[in-house]
Amino acid sequence: MNAPVPKLPGGGLYARRKAIFPRAVDGFYRRLKWLVMAVTLTIYYATPWLRWDRGAYAPNHAVLVDMAHRRFYFFAIEIWPHEFYYVAGLLVMAGVGLFLVTSTVGRAWCGYACPQTVWTDLYVHIERAIDGDRNSQFRLNNAPWTLAKISRRVLKHSAWLLVAVLTGGAWIFYFADAPTLARDLFAGHAALIAYATIAILTATTYVLGGFMREQVCLYMCPWPRIQGAMLDERSLIVTYKDWRGEPRSHGTKRSESVGDCIDCQACVQVCPVGIDIRDGAQFACITCALCIDACDEMMTKVGRPRGLIDYATLEDCKAEAAGAEPVPVRRTLLRPRTLAYFAVWAGIGAAMMFTLQARTHLDLSVAHDRNPLWVRLSDGSIRNAYTIKIRNMESRPRAVRLEMAGLPGGVMWDSASDSDAGATAIDIEVAPDQVDEHRIYVRAQGGGDEAAPFTFTLSANGKDHLLVRKAARFDRPEISR
Amino acid sequence: MTDPKIDEATGVSTMGHEWDGIEELDNPMPRWWLWTFYACIVFAIGYCVAYPAIPLLHSSTKGMLGWTSHNQLAAETAKAEIARASTTAALAKVDIATLDPHSPLMQSAIEGGRAAFKINCAPCHGSGAAGSKGYPNLNDDDWLWGGDRATIHQTLLHGIRQPGDDATRMSQMPSFGRDGILTAEQIQDAVSFVRVVSHQERSSASSARGTVLFAANCAPCHGADATGNRQVGAPNLTDAIWLYGGDRETLTATLTNARYGVMPAWGAKLNPATINMLTAYVHSLGGGE
Repeated sequence: MNAPVPKLPGGGLYARRKAIFPRAVDGFYRRLKWLVMAVTLTIYYATPWLRWDRGAYAPNHAVLVDMAHRRFYFFAIEIWPHEFYYVAGLLVMAGVGLFLVTSTVGRAWCGYACPQTVWTDLYVHIERAIDGDRNSQFRLNNAPWTLAKISRRVLKHSAWLLVAVLTGGAWIFYFADAPTLARDLFAGHAALIAYATIAILTATTYVLGGFMREQVCLYMCPWPRIQGAMLDERSLIVTYKDWRGEPRSHGTKRSESVGDCIDCQACVQVCPVGIDIRDGAQFACITCALCIDACDEMMTKVGRPRGLIDYATLEDCKAEAAGAEPVPVRRTLLRPRTLAYFAVWAGIGAAMMFTLQARTHLDLSVAHDRNPLWVRLSDGSIRNAYTIKIRNMESRPRAVRLEMAGLPGGVMWDSASDSDAGATAIDIEVAPDQVDEHRIYVRAQGGGDEAAPFTFTLSANGKDHLLVRKAARFDRPEISR
Repeated sequence: MTDPKIDEATGVSTMGHEWDGIEELDNPMPRWWLWTFYACIVFAIGYCVAYPAIPLLHSSTKGMLGWTSHNQLAAETAKAEIARASTTAALAKVDIATLDPHSPLMQSAIEGGRAAFKINCAPCHGSGAAGSKGYPNLNDDDWLWGGDRATIHQTLLHGIRQPGDDATRMSQMPSFGRDGILTAEQIQDAVSFVRVVSHQERSSASSARGTVLFAANCAPCHGADATGNRQVGAPNLTDAIWLYGGDRETLTATLTNARYGVMPAWGAKLNPATINMLTAYVHSLGGGE
């Protein structure tokens, strides 16, 4: 390029991240966030250690993802791989749940419960405990690299890394017996995949919580973009009531002609995303509501009513600006849209609960040998073979009876038995929580249909009488004697 | 190109083409992209040096690591052999005839035999061991020489009609027609008799004449009641299973020319463990005795 080119204002298309040092704040929403953080972290760390009695034949972990045996245990529920659609159903519920929450209380997920928010919040507090609040963090950031600064930085990153290791370390307990795995981890002979998982999750926690923070929400997460379509005029969002605040006054020069906003920047300083809520609703706002706490504190100090920044719907804001009474928040919860979301969400949940209760814990599958389809025996009779799989989903051994019906003169026997005498029923002991495979021989007279249909039935006697019926086919040579 | 067009908004020169008002800017490659690209080039050079890469007229460069797909296969096969060495050693030593049929070693033998059967036996006996004309079906309960594990083992080791193997299975049915022992009419009478004892025909004058012929010519091997004799490999003629066929035409051909099926002596080709595995597999097919 020869000609001098005019530069884009701001110096190009790339914006460097501005460091954010959120100021500490106290208030209702801050305390709510503490509570949510305590609850979510407790759930995360404690769940793998909970126990749930399932008898002698199944693990007693309350929640366990057993990859090796392909089972998923969740309290009273046990999921087999073929029932993975329950997990898909849960994901659909989570999706619809997000819609429901967003259309009622806005981005409550983002502001309170999202792991990115919770862990970032935790990291911010660790940073604050070591480096001090906003101003001292700012000073330390610009200070030369003295021994004191280096030692503080080492301390901070060590603490962050410790949290990161604990985060990754807790994750793997969901996949194995927690006490055993904990011992093995420290003894150094846990599976390589356990250490690798810890390493990966340590890295992601450390990077996402320590460095990327709000950039995850701004650039990586699709949800802020989607929720633009989810929010409407009647969704709760964190709003600056500009009709009350503007024009802003500065400090003491107050008069009747200015609004309530004293432009103290408190709302900006506490914001973990680094935005100014007074610019209006924006996609970067995760509705953590810390600016509400900060502003309420200020309004109390200057003797003005609270709620200059508050949870409100856009519709209510307009009405309030026009002089109407503030609307109670609960009004926004009940409206056709949220009720429709709730109906879909609850419907899926109810359907899953129903199928979970109604599902059978015993199943039978029959596969006919195809090579050869039939075998002629010396006495002229024909033998077919079937691979039969009996699925016992109960955590106890069960006595089941396999019967055949509808094949004239047909008898069967287990290939593993020493006798080929044959009968129309076989009693089988099925191991707990397993699929038992048997090769069953069926013998019938040589003359008859080329492909005779008959049925296998599987029954478990006792108080939970169950019956599974499967159609099968008996093949004979094309021209029988 | 004389004067590159400059895009006003960004100050970047354009590539010189536009479509419907949309122009492509001549932005430099992103740095991360370039570095990835350079890293790929470095990797490719290293790869070409280390591995077979550049095609020559009749072969290709060998690469410094000396890797070939054949080597890799050989290494992986050797690894698998080591992994199952103890099972193979146990199977080579075990007496398959007396091994507990429900033992894990027997299960290993059956599974190993399943694989060995596909390679060695399936060409004649079929992949499902159902055989075909002249090749016995191994699933059924009819055995020329016996269906217990010891007998199957013996048959596998020494084969059928293998010259030079003293213990090979050898049965000699005379070529009654070709050698002039029986006339064509007498053969038809003997065929009638065989079809009567196998319940394919009603007795007739022909079969009555055949009864006498059978007693004189066939009973020494096939037995007076025609149920055969496993000692000499003479098949049971009264059952429903025919190796070559039980129709009049086939039986006539069999009596005229006799049949001499053969099977290799696998003991000379396969190791003892594989013979044991094949024994276990064949015995497990449903007709084992």
